[in-house]
Amino acid sequence: MATAEHQVQAPVTDHAATSTGLPNMKLAIWLFLASDCLLFGALISTYVLYRGASIVGPYPADVFDIPYTSVSSFVLLASSLTMVLALASIQRGDPARMRVWLLATAMLGLTFVGGQVYEFTTFAAEGLTLSTNVFSTSFYVLTGFHGAHVTVGILMLLTVVGLSFGGRITQERSETVEIVGLYWHFVDIVWIVIFTVVYLIPTGTPPGA
Amino acid sequence: MRRRTILVLGLVALAAVAGACAPNATQSALEPKGPYAQKGFDLFVPVFWVATAIFFIVEGVLLFFIIRYRHRKARATMPPQVHGNTKLEIGWTILPTLILAGVAVPTVATIWDLAAEPQGEVLQVTVLAHQWWWEFDYPDQGIITANELHIPTGQPVYLTMCAVGLGYEQQIAPSTCQDQPAAVGDSVIHSFWVPELAGTQDVIPSRTTYLTIQADEPGTYEGQCKEFCGLSHAYMKFKVVAHDPAGFDGWIAEQQAPAAPSPPGDPEAGAGVFLGTCTGCHAIAGLEDPNGNPLIANGGPDLTHFASRDCFAGCMLATTDENLRRWLENPPAVKAGSWMPDYGLSDQELDQLVAFLNALE
Amino acid sequence: MASVSIPTERPGGLLRRPSATTGVWSWITTVDHKKIGILYGVTAFFFFIVGGTEALLIRLQLAQPDQAILNPSVFNEIFTMHGITMVFFVVMPLSAAFFNYLLPLMIGARDVAFPRLNAFSYWAFLFAGIFIYSSWFLGGAPNGGWFGYAPNSVVDPTRGMTFYAIGLLIAGIASTVSAVNLAVTIINMRAPGMTLFRMPVFVWMGLVVQLLLAFSLPIITIGLVELLFDRLFGTHFFDPAAGGDPVLWQHLFWLFGHPEVYVLILPAFGIISEILPVFARKPLFGYQFVVFSGIAIGFIGFGVWAHHMFAVGLGPVANTAFAVATMIIAIPTGVKIFNWLGTLWNGDIRFTTAMLFAIGVISMFVIGGLSGVMHAVVPSDYQQTDTYFIVAHFHYVLFGGAILGLFGGMYYWWPKVFGRFLNERWGKVQFWVTLIGFNLAFGPMHILGLQGMPRRIQSYPESLGLTFWNLVSTIGAFTIAVGTLIFLVIAISSFRKPKQMVADPWDARTLEWLTTSPPPVHNFDDIPVVHSLDELWHRKYAETGGGRVVPVPAGGSGDDAHGEDHGDGHAIHLPSPSYFPPLAALGLPVLGYGLIFGLPFVVAGLLIMLVGLYGWVLEPSAE
Repeated sequence: MATAEHQVQAPVTDHAATSTGLPNMKLAIWLFLASDCLLFGALISTYVLYRGASIVGPYPADVFDIPYTSVSSFVLLASSLTMVLALASIQRGDPARMRVWLLATAMLGLTFVGGQVYEFTTFAAEGLTLSTNVFSTSFYVLTGFHGAHVTVGILMLLTVVGLSFGGRITQERSETVEIVGLYWHFVDIVWIVIFTVVYLIPTGTPPGA
Repeated sequence: MRRRTILVLGLVALAAVAGACAPNATQSALEPKGPYAQKGFDLFVPVFWVATAIFFIVEGVLLFFIIRYRHRKARATMPPQVHGNTKLEIGWTILPTLILAGVAVPTVATIWDLAAEPQGEVLQVTVLAHQWWWEFDYPDQGIITANELHIPTGQPVYLTMCAVGLGYEQQIAPSTCQDQPAAVGDSVIHSFWVPELAGTQDVIPSRTTYLTIQADEPGTYEGQCKEFCGLSHAYMKFKVVAHDPAGFDGWIAEQQAPAAPSPPGDPEAGAGVFLGTCTGCHAIAGLEDPNGNPLIANGGPDLTHFASRDCFAGCMLATTDENLRRWLENPPAVKAGSWMPDYGLSDQELDQLVAFLNALE
Repeated sequence: MASVSIPTERPGGLLRRPSATTGVWSWITTVDHKKIGILYGVTAFFFFIVGGTEALLIRLQLAQPDQAILNPSVFNEIFTMHGITMVFFVVMPLSAAFFNYLLPLMIGARDVAFPRLNAFSYWAFLFAGIFIYSSWFLGGAPNGGWFGYAPNSVVDPTRGMTFYAIGLLIAGIASTVSAVNLAVTIINMRAPGMTLFRMPVFVWMGLVVQLLLAFSLPIITIGLVELLFDRLFGTHFFDPAAGGDPVLWQHLFWLFGHPEVYVLILPAFGIISEILPVFARKPLFGYQFVVFSGIAIGFIGFGVWAHHMFAVGLGPVANTAFAVATMIIAIPTGVKIFNWLGTLWNGDIRFTTAMLFAIGVISMFVIGGLSGVMHAVVPSDYQQTDTYFIVAHFHYVLFGGAILGLFGGMYYWWPKVFGRFLNERWGKVQFWVTLIGFNLAFGPMHILGLQGMPRRIQSYPESLGLTFWNLVSTIGAFTIAVGTLIFLVIAISSFRKPKQMVADPWDARTLEWLTTSPPPVHNFDDIPVVHSLDELWHRKYAETGGGRVVPVPAGGSGDDAHGEDHGDGHAIHLPSPSYFPPLAALGLPVLGYGLIFGLPFVVAGLLIMLVGLYGWVLEPSAE
C-alpha cells in the first residue's frame, strides 16, 4: 500500500491562476529555450558555412578523437538521467535524495566540461588555437558557448542544492528543480546536435592539404 | 486665402518637379545612357506611376474621410458601431496582391535578364576596389589602369569585380580576380556605381561579383563607391569614358605602349625621385628597379599613363599641377586615412615629381 | 472599494528589501511596471535629443557642398551614433515605455510576470547606452555605421566598434529578457474572461513584438560575438584572408535587422489602433484582420532579410525569392492601413492632438511603404540601394510611422500616466511644425537619392547638382528640432497643473481607463472580469441591433454586474522593491570595460553580477 510519502505528487503551487494554466516560470523558460535555439542555430550555421573553407590546417580529421568525445558525450547524456531522478526525488518529497542526484548531475557535467578543457588543450598543442583558421574559429566558439551554458547549468544545480539545504526546495515548490532540469536537458540536446554536425559528419581534408 | 494656398502649393510642386529634373545632375539614375541602365529605368517608371496613383488614391481617401466625417457641433449621436466587412477585407487583400503580382512578373524577368552574362562581342574588364581608388584591368588587352574606365560605345562591357587590400601584389599581367587570398587582408566591401550606365553591384573581398555596363553615346559618365568603406568613402569616385570604337582602339594602343621616356630636366630628375621613393607601391610599365626587374605595384595605382587621366586619388582631385603638388606633399592631409604616407619631400623634389608625372602620357 | 497594498517584507537581515516609496531610491529600486515605464520614457527621450543633435550636425555638414564642419573621421562617428541611438536607445525604449506602463493595465493585471527582471532590463538598457556613449571619451565612438558591415568594422583601428559590439550585446540582453517577461505576461496574466481575441490591438502588437525580439536577438548576439572575437581575439569569422566570408555578417545582422524594423513599427501601429477608434467614436474596423496582419507581418518578417542585400551578388534565385517575399509582406501592411481608413469612415472625428498624430502616421507611412515596395523591384533597387532614396524610405516609416505614433501615444496616455493633459492647443502647433519639418527634411531625399547622392558620404561636390535639396533638407531638420523643443516645453509645463484627472477623460474603450489617473500602485482595486473586446466601452454603452449606441443606465456599470470578486478589503500583496536588479545590471558594463581595458574589470564585473544575481535569488520574496 502506497503511503503518502511515496506518492508522487504534482507540484502544488500557491501562484495565482494563469491564463494558460502553466506557471509563469515554466512558460518563461520554454520561451527562453526557444530563443536559445536560435543562438545555437546561428553558431552551428556559421560552423557549417565554414566547412572545408580553411586555408591552412589543422583540419577536423587531423585533431578529432571521436571515441574520446563519444565517451564525454555519454557522460553528458547520463547527467540528464540523473537530473530526471533528482526531479522525481523531490516530487516524491525526498529532498535529501534530490540533492544526491543533483550533485551527481553537477559532477557529470563537470566531467564533461573537464573533458572538453582537456580536449581543447590537446588540440592547442597540436597547433589548433582560436585564431588558427576558420575551422578553429567556428569550432571553439561554438563548443565554447555550449561549454559556458553547461557551466552556468552546473552553477544553477549547485545553487539549488544550496537552497535545498536552506529548506527552500520542497515537494510543493519543486518547480525550480523542474525548470533547471528543462535547461539542463536543453543543453544536452544541443550537444547531441553539435556532436553530430561537428564531430560525426565528416568534413574531409581539402585537396592538397 | 484658399486661392493663395493653391498658388503656393502649385509653386512648390513646380519647384519639386523642376528640381527633380536638374540639368546638372551628372550622376542621376533618372538619365539612363545605355541599355542596362535603361532596363532598370523602364521597370522603375511604370512602378513609380503605379505607386503615385496609389498614393493619390489612398491619401485622397484619407483626406476625404477626415473632412467628411469630422465632428460637427450639431451632432449628438454616436456613429453606427460598424465592426468590419469581410467582403471588403477580401477585396482589399486581393487587389493589392494582383497589383503586386503585376509588378513582380517584370521584376523577376529583369532580374534574370540583368544577371545573364552578355553574349556576342563583349569587352572583359576586371574591377579591383582598393581603399579608396579603383583599379581597372583589361586582361585581353594587357592593360592596367586606375580611376578612369575607358570603354567603347555600343558594346557590352562585362565587369568582373573583387575588393583587394594592401597586401595585394599585382601580377605583371592584369588580374582576373581568381587568385585572391593573399590580396585581401585589410580590404573592405565597396560598390561600383555609375548610375547612367547601370545599377550597382557590391565589390567584396574573397568573392567575385559581376556587372554589365554599356554606353550608347561617347561621353564621360560619373560614378562613385556606394557601400560605406571607411574614412574616405565619399572620395572614392571614378569616371567611365566612352569612346566610339575607333577612338577606343586608339586609347588601347596608347595604353599598351610603355611609359613615355622622361624628357631631360625636371622630368628626368623626377624619375629618379620616383624610383627612389615610390616603387614600394606604384608600378610604371617600362621602368625597372635597381636590379633590372619590372616594377610591381603593391597597393598603389599603376601610373604608366598617369598624365592621360583627368583625375587621380580616387578621382577626388582633378589632374592639375596644384592638386598634384598638394597631394604629393602630404596625402593623408588631403584624403583622410590615405595609405600613401607623407614622405617629407622637398620643394625641389615635388616640382620634379610633378614634371615627371605630367610627362607620362 | 479601496484596497491597501502591502509590500512583502521580512524584518532584519542582510537581504532586507528596500522600502522607499518616494525619492531617488524609490526609483532606483522600483519593480513597479509603471515607474519602470516612466524611466524608459524619460531616458529614451533624452537619447532622442542626443540623437537628434547628431542628426542636426549631419545636416549642417551636408547643407552645402564640400564643407569641412565635420571631418570624415568625426562624420563617420556621428552618423553611426545617430543610427545606433535612434534605433536602440530611442524607438525601442520608447516603445518599451508604453509596453511596460500599459500592457498590465490593458490586460487587467497588477504587474508583469517578473517585476525584478523588468527592472533589470531597464537598468541594463541604461547602462548599455552609457557604455556606448562613454566611447567618445575612451578612444573614439563607433564609426562603422549602425549596421557595422565587416570587414570594415573588424579592421577599423579605433576602439569604437568594440564599444559598439559590447554595448549592443548588453542592450540585447536587456531586450531579450524583457521580451520573455512581457510575452509571458500577455500570454499568462490576462484578467478572467480576457481571451486572446478580446485583447486590445496594442497588446497583440506587443505580443508579436516580444516574439520577434526573442527570436531575432539571438542571431545578432552571435553576429556581435563573432565581430567582437575577430576584433579582440584574432578569430577569422569575417576575415577574407583566412577563408572567412564578410557576407556572413550581413546575413546574421539582417536576420535580426529585418524583424527589428517590425519591432520598431508595430508598437506605433498598436498605438494608433487604439487612438483612432476613440476619436472616431466607433470601433476599430476589422479587428481580427488587423490582428492577423500583425501576426503575418511577424512571420513573414523573418523571411525577407536579404532584401537588404540585393546588390551583394547572391544570385538571381535568391534575389527573386526575396523580392517576391518582400512584396508579399506589403499586403498585410496594406490591410492594416485600409482598416484604419475604415475606422475613420462614417465616424465622428474629433481632432485631438493624439488623433492628428495618428492620422499623420497613416499618411506618412503610406509614402514610406510605397517607396519600400519600389525597393522590392530589384533592378530599381540596384540604383536605389545605398543612396538617399533609402534614407528617405526608412525615415518615412521610422519617423513618419514610429515617432509620430509614439508622440500620439504620449498625448493620448499622458493624462492616465501623470494625471494632467498635455496642452492641446500647443500640441497641435507641435504636430504641424513637426510634420512640416519632417516632410521638408526627408521628402527631398527621394530626389537626392535618384540624382546620385550615395549614403554615408561626408560631403559631395558642387558639380553633382545636389545642393538645393540638401539645403532644404537641413532646414527641415532644424524645423523638426523646433517642434521637439515645443514638445519639451509642453511636457514640462504640464507638471505645473495640479494632478486632477478623471479615470476616463477621452471616453475610451480599453481597461486602463477603468482605473484612476494615475493608477494606484496596485493598478486595480478589483481585477476586472472581461466579457468582450473593448470591455470598458461595453460597460458604458450597449449596442442595439443596428449598431446604434445607447449609454448603459447608471448603476449598471457598477462592479456588481461584472462578476468581480470584491473580497473583503483584504490587502493586496505586491512585490517589494529590490537593490539587486540594478546591481546585477551594473556588472554588465563593468564586464564590458574589462574586455577593453583588462582582467581586473572582467573580474569585478563578474563579481558584481554574481552578487547581484545571488542576492536576487536569496532575498525574501513572494513573487
